[in-house]
Order: sequence, then structure tokens, then C-alpha cells
Amino acid sequence: MPIKSYLAHSHKGKKAELVNALSTIGQCEVMPAENKDVVIVVTDTEDQIEEEILKKKLDTLESLKFLAMVSGFNAPQND
Amino acid sequence: MYTSLANRRSFIKKMAMLSAMTAAATMFPGILFAEEQEEGLPKNADLDWKKAPCRFCGVGCGVLIGVENGKAVAVKGDPKSSVNKGLCCVKGYHSVIAMYGKDRLTKPLVKKNGQYVETSMKEALDLIASKMKETIKDHGKDAVSIYGSGQWTIPDGYVASKFFKGCIGTNNVEANARLCMATAVTGFLTSFGLDEPMGCYEDIDYADVFVLWGNNMAEMHPVLFSRLLDQRLKRGVKIIDFATRTTRTSMAADKSILFLPQTDLAVANAICYEIIKNGWVNRSFVERHCNFSKGLTNMGYGLKDNYKFKDKPEKIDFNAYKDFLEDYTPEKVEKISGVSVKDIKYMAAYYGDPNKKVMSFWCMGPNQHTRGTWMNNLIYNIHLLTGKISAPGNSPFSLTGQPSACGTVREVGTLTHKLPHGVVMNKKDREFAAKIWNVPVENIDPKPTYHTVEMFRALDRGDIRFMWIQVTNPMVTMPKLKRYRDGAKKEGRFIVVSDIYPTPTTDIADVILPSAMWIEREGMYGNSERRTQYFEQMVNPPGEAMSDTWQLIEVAKRMGYEKQFHYKEETHIEEIYNEYRKHHVGKKHNMAPLEVLKSQPGVLWPYVDGKSTKWRFNAKYDPACTNGKDFHFYGKSDGRAIIWQRPYEPAAESPDTEYPYWLCTGRVVEHWHTGSMTRRIPVLHKAMPHAYVEVNPEDAKRMHIQTGDKVKLTTRRGEIILPASVNQRGIPAPMQVFVPFFDENMLINEITLDSFCPISKEPDYKKCAVKVEKV
Ligand code: SF4
Repeated sequence: MPIKSYLAHSHKGKKAELVNALSTIGQCEVMPAENKDVVIVVTDTEDQIEEEILKKKLDTLESLKFLAMVSGFNAPQND
Repeated sequence: MYTSLANRRSFIKKMAMLSAMTAAATMFPGILFAEEQEEGLPKNADLDWKKAPCRFCGVGCGVLIGVENGKAVAVKGDPKSSVNKGLCCVKGYHSVIAMYGKDRLTKPLVKKNGQYVETSMKEALDLIASKMKETIKDHGKDAVSIYGSGQWTIPDGYVASKFFKGCIGTNNVEANARLCMATAVTGFLTSFGLDEPMGCYEDIDYADVFVLWGNNMAEMHPVLFSRLLDQRLKRGVKIIDFATRTTRTSMAADKSILFLPQTDLAVANAICYEIIKNGWVNRSFVERHCNFSKGLTNMGYGLKDNYKFKDKPEKIDFNAYKDFLEDYTPEKVEKISGVSVKDIKYMAAYYGDPNKKVMSFWCMGPNQHTRGTWMNNLIYNIHLLTGKISAPGNSPFSLTGQPSACGTVREVGTLTHKLPHGVVMNKKDREFAAKIWNVPVENIDPKPTYHTVEMFRALDRGDIRFMWIQVTNPMVTMPKLKRYRDGAKKEGRFIVVSDIYPTPTTDIADVILPSAMWIEREGMYGNSERRTQYFEQMVNPPGEAMSDTWQLIEVAKRMGYEKQFHYKEETHIEEIYNEYRKHHVGKKHNMAPLEVLKSQPGVLWPYVDGKSTKWRFNAKYDPACTNGKDFHFYGKSDGRAIIWQRPYEPAAESPDTEYPYWLCTGRVVEHWHTGSMTRRIPVLHKAMPHAYVEVNPEDAKRMHIQTGDKVKLTTRRGEIILPASVNQRGIPAPMQVFVPFFDENMLINEITLDSFCPISKEPDYKKCAVKVEKV
């Protein structure tokens, strides 16, 4: 059950578009920076396969310049 | 305590968010996120947050560790720490994960018939003690040795030194800081007579210009670099990157100036030439506080066993020094260094401008250098000539790489010639140490034995038979590695390795001891700016793992030194620290009491009358100044710092027709040195999974090399194949290649050269000649 965080850099002037696009994806939580073309994205997926599908989906977003992973956690199944 | 799965997931998501915010803050100083979102992040959750210095680099960030149910689960920057002001880099942020790798060593292992067999700690320690006794009986006290590290805590290094130097009576004590900071030490000693920077990180808040000498700060000292970027945003300061390779630092700097390897010596002299020629010398400062000296030249490079060198300093006057600099006009130096006359004058003008405060930073570039001590002297020369030293914002600042290279190796003195206070060669220093250690003064041998490279050579030759290696990985980091690995494996050698994971160094061990790491025990580190930081034990070590301090104490007691190692298990760190403080009593180096260290994120020494000394040698800030003048360089008997005449001399091995490229090695931001910890942190390992060779894009085009292609590097020591990296993270200059050393599967040190600075004995990992071929 991977949880990852990324810094998503938008193309110039496309931050709002990027935020909108990311917000429509269920597995993504988004926090845009106030003063830079950077958006924090936290992804929460069930397994590796879902995670890879999501990653491919993100890569097709036109407003996205590049995505840099910051951290990855594997949430435990139970405590 | 029960936490529901949903709660736990949302907690981890918040941590992931926080992690990204922290990384963003490092990369984009001043970046803002909506306040209510920041407030939504977990403040305390159910975590118990405790302070510690970061486990990794010498910046020494203060961090807060979140502990839940006996496990360290989270890290955040400590907002109260003046070092990092709440920031953290990727390594620091993920540091606790390094404690929980699947293959953590938890039981002692003893090699029997070529196989490692689990044994109890008691049995392993008994065996070590009996082997040491036997070796001393058969081959003499100088046949046993200990090799430690700048990741040793202060108590680790202290008991090692007391045990070997004070009790056994051998100076066979060395540490891996010889490979990274020994040159900084000899630089300080020759110029000022006392080790460690005069200034502190607060200088960053006052300087107008930062000159980085061969120092890729963006990757190696990321949090400090973000403080520089922050100052640029706030005050428009200038950052000049002076290096041999284009790095992330160069890209972020205001100006990137490239020089040919080894020619920094010539450029530094040219800057001094310009300062004098343009009348920028601070005459009253130089007249009141400096002397001029020259030393021997053509010292050689230490390539042969038992190489010896002793400098013969000779006083000169200003005019002689000025004449010497005639060989270093910008026009002449341009030809040697590849740095344009314009760029030399550009740098000199900043140093010379009386209205600009300048900070110079350096780390491995000038230190891992066959003329490293000279290079350190030359940077000090620039600051001394202009009087830009020991004052807020005017600061030559030598950075360290390891969390306690300063605190342990340099201050405790875990090098062959050193004692906690002073050197073994000095009778008074020996008497002083012997008294505190409660040993007969005759025990302390007045002669230093081997520096690191020579110590491994002695192991190969058989002069050393027993070596105990703690918290370091020499079978990845020694230059010209094969010789030293083969030597360590020879018949009749006994090697003990204390570590937390299997490494290429545990592969050569006869006994492997599992160590307690960082916050699994109590201890202190000392960072680059003379800051001593305490950490308590926060979690239990796994299995039978034990702190390096206690391992040493147990063996010392078994060897009959109960009197000297009387410490109680519950209070031994406090007892040791209090004993250690006695070595540094006085205004020049007083250490803060333990209660003070416990109460705040570190304290700078000298700690005098309840106050840290931020700028040493400056009478306004330093109570140890007693000469009645504004500055007092009290490390030298006449109170004057030395401006050294040091020429440019070529590297030990330069490219030729057979090996036409320069090979430079170094680090990457994701990995801590040899990667034994950070490669077990999945996010860091994924981000940087293996080593590579950076090739200049024009060279790559000519050789039809693309990123990922296999490239063979051949030197006179051997060959290695690595994937190419073209136009990726760093870009070497034409006819140069760069390889990081963190990857134990691609050991670049198999082919590096074991030449060293004759004064510091620190190897030069930055320069040798190599052939580059596509395979
Ligand atoms: S900069 Fe160094 S001390 Fe600070 S968090 Fe990163 S690794 Fe740790």
C-alpha cells in the first residue's frame, strides 16, 4: 500500500491547469505552493500495479513539466 | 497504543506531505504554502519528539525524532536549531529508516573455517581481548591498531584513545577523517596554530559574497547551501562557484568558474598578487597580526611505503613574498589554469573590496589534494592579507563531511600524533593526559606511528597484525583498494569490524560485532562550526547490538584496565564526557557542561562564562584574547597568524597519451559516503540506485557514448566498467570524468591512486590519469 510524495513542476503559467488536472485523480492529494510553479502531490495507491498505472497517467498530463519523488512509505496492512 | 489503520494511513500521508514541503523549502528558499494547510499537518500526533543532531553530514542539522511504541518513525528539522532553522535535506529526513534495514547485524559473528558463525557477545569480546593480548605478546604493542571514524561519537573516540594510547601504549589510533579532514587540520595548525574554524554558520547571515572552492555545496551541504540561497533572495548576495566540474552548485551560483585540476594553487596565488598590486592589502591588520613564512617545496607524493616528510618553515618578509608572487600574474596563471584573466580579477576584486564581507567555503576539493595543506594556507592568505577574518561575515570556512569529524577525530584527537589536548610528541601534553587517564606517563609513546594509508600498508607488510575497525568502511574508501584488501586478508592478520550492516569491510573480518547506531545509544557529535550536540538513547538497539563505546570498555576491562575503565553502564556516557572535558579546560577550548548540552540544540566551544564563543581570535567576541590588541591569534606563541609562500606544483599523476583523462571521484546528495546506510533507505536507493561515470558531452559525442552505455575506465591500478552519464547531474570539463564512490558494486577506488599530501597524509581522490573507452 504505497504512499508517495512528489514535487510536481508545472510548465510556465500552467500551474492552475496542473492543479485542476491532479485534483480530478482520486489517488492524489494536492497542495500548490503559493509563490512558485510547484505543486506537492501525495499519492495513495493499493499496490505496485495501481501505482504504476497512476504514474503513467501523471506522465501524460500536458501541464506537467516534471515530477520529482521526495519520499515513499509503505503503509502497513495492519498495526 | 492502538492506532487504527485509517488513522495510520492518514498520518503517513501527512508525513509524506511534510517531507515534500521540507524538500521544497530546501530547493526553493522562501517557498510558501497556504498557512491553514501547514497547520493541518500533524503537530505531535501521538509521537514523542526528541532532539538529536542528524546522523549524516558535518553540517550537523538539529533534528527532532518522532518515537512511537519504541520505534523511531519520523524526523523533522528542529526549528530551534540555529544550524538549520527547521530545515532538513532528503538524507536527514529519511535517516531513521536507515536503522531498520532487513539485514541489520544483530548478533556477533566469528569466522570459523571460512564461515561466519553466530556467537554470544560475551564470547566475541573474550576472543577479541585474548587475540589482542596474544598479538601484543608475540609481536609487540605496535602490532595492534584501531581505525575509527568521524562518525564515532565523542565517547567512542575518547575511550579508544585512552585504551590504545594510554593503556596499551601504542599510537596506532587513526580514523577515516584522515581521508577527508586531516588537511583542514594541518592547514589550521600551520596558519594559526590551532584547529577548527574561527567563525561560525552565523557568518552566512552577514557575508555579501560567497566563494566556494571546489565545494559542491548544493549536494554535500544542502541545508547550508539553502541558507546561502535564502540570503540571495533576501539580500542579493553573490555566490561564486570555483570548481573543476559543473554541478548543481554551479547551476545555482551567480557565477561558475572552471579551473584545471590542481591549478587552484596558482589561482589562489594570483588572487593574492592582485590584492597586493591593487593596494587592497589591509596593511594595519597584516602589520599587527601576521608573519610571512615559506616551507620546503618538491615534497613528493607519498607513493612509496615508509615515505617521510617534515617541513622546515623559514621566516620571510613581505617583500620576499611579493617577489614570489611575480610568478603568479593573472596572465601567467591563465595559461596554467584555464581561468581567464578577467575571472581571476573578478574574484580578487571581491576579496579586495573593503566594503564587501566575504566567506570562503571548501571541503574535499582543497583537502583531498596532494598539496592540500598548501591550498588551505593559500585561502587563509587571501583572508589574512585583506584582514577579512574572525569577524561576522568575513570568514574562511573549512566544512566537514562527517557528523563528528570535528567533535571526535579532531577534538578528541583520534589520530596517531594527537592527544585530546596537544600531541604525543610534547612531554607536557603527555603528562597532562596521563594524569587524567590515570596511567603512568611512560605508557604514552612519544612517537607517532602510522597515518591511515601507512597503517593499511603496515597491515599488508605484517608490521600490524590486529586491527579493530569501527563505524567506517575502508574496503570501499581506501585508494588503490586492491592492495589494502589483499593485505588485510593475509594469513596471520586478525580483523574486528564493528558495524550495523554487512559491508565489503565486514567481508574481511574475523569477528563482526553488531553496533548500536546513533539514537539507539547515548552520545555527542561535534559539527563543522565547533558545535557539540548531545543525543539521548531513544530506542533500543536490535538483538545483541552494543554501542562502540561499551564494546571498547568491555574489551579494555578484559585486558586488565578495570581501573581506567571503571564507568558504570547506566552513567558511563556522562562520566566519560565529564572526564573528557578536563582535557579542554580553559578559555581556548572549554566545553559546555552536559546539562547545558542537554538543554539546547548544541553549544559552540569555547564555552566561557556560560557563553559560546562565535568568533575566535577577535577580542570583541573571544575572552581568550589577551594581547590587548583587536585580534590575537593565540595558537601561535607570538600571537600572529602566518601568511605562507606556497607555490603551484603539479599533481602526482597527470594525463598523458596512454591515460589521457583526469579522473575525479566524489559524492551525491542521496547517499551518505559509502551508501551502507542510505542504500537501505528505499526512496534514496531508488533515486540513485548505482554509480555511473560522468563524461563531458563533447567527449561523449566523439566517442559515440550515450547515457547508459557501458564505459571502461583504466588506470595504472586496474579497470572498471560503469554506465555513462552524459548531461545528467554533473558535467565534467572536457577530458575529465567523474565517478561517485557510494556504490560497493562498482568500486571506483580499485583504480584510484594512493598519493597524499606530504604534510597532512590525506590522499588525493580527485586526481589521477585514466583511459576512457566505450565497450
Ligand atoms: S544537510 Fe547534512 S546534517 Fe543536515 S539533514 Fe542533510 S545530511 Fe543531515
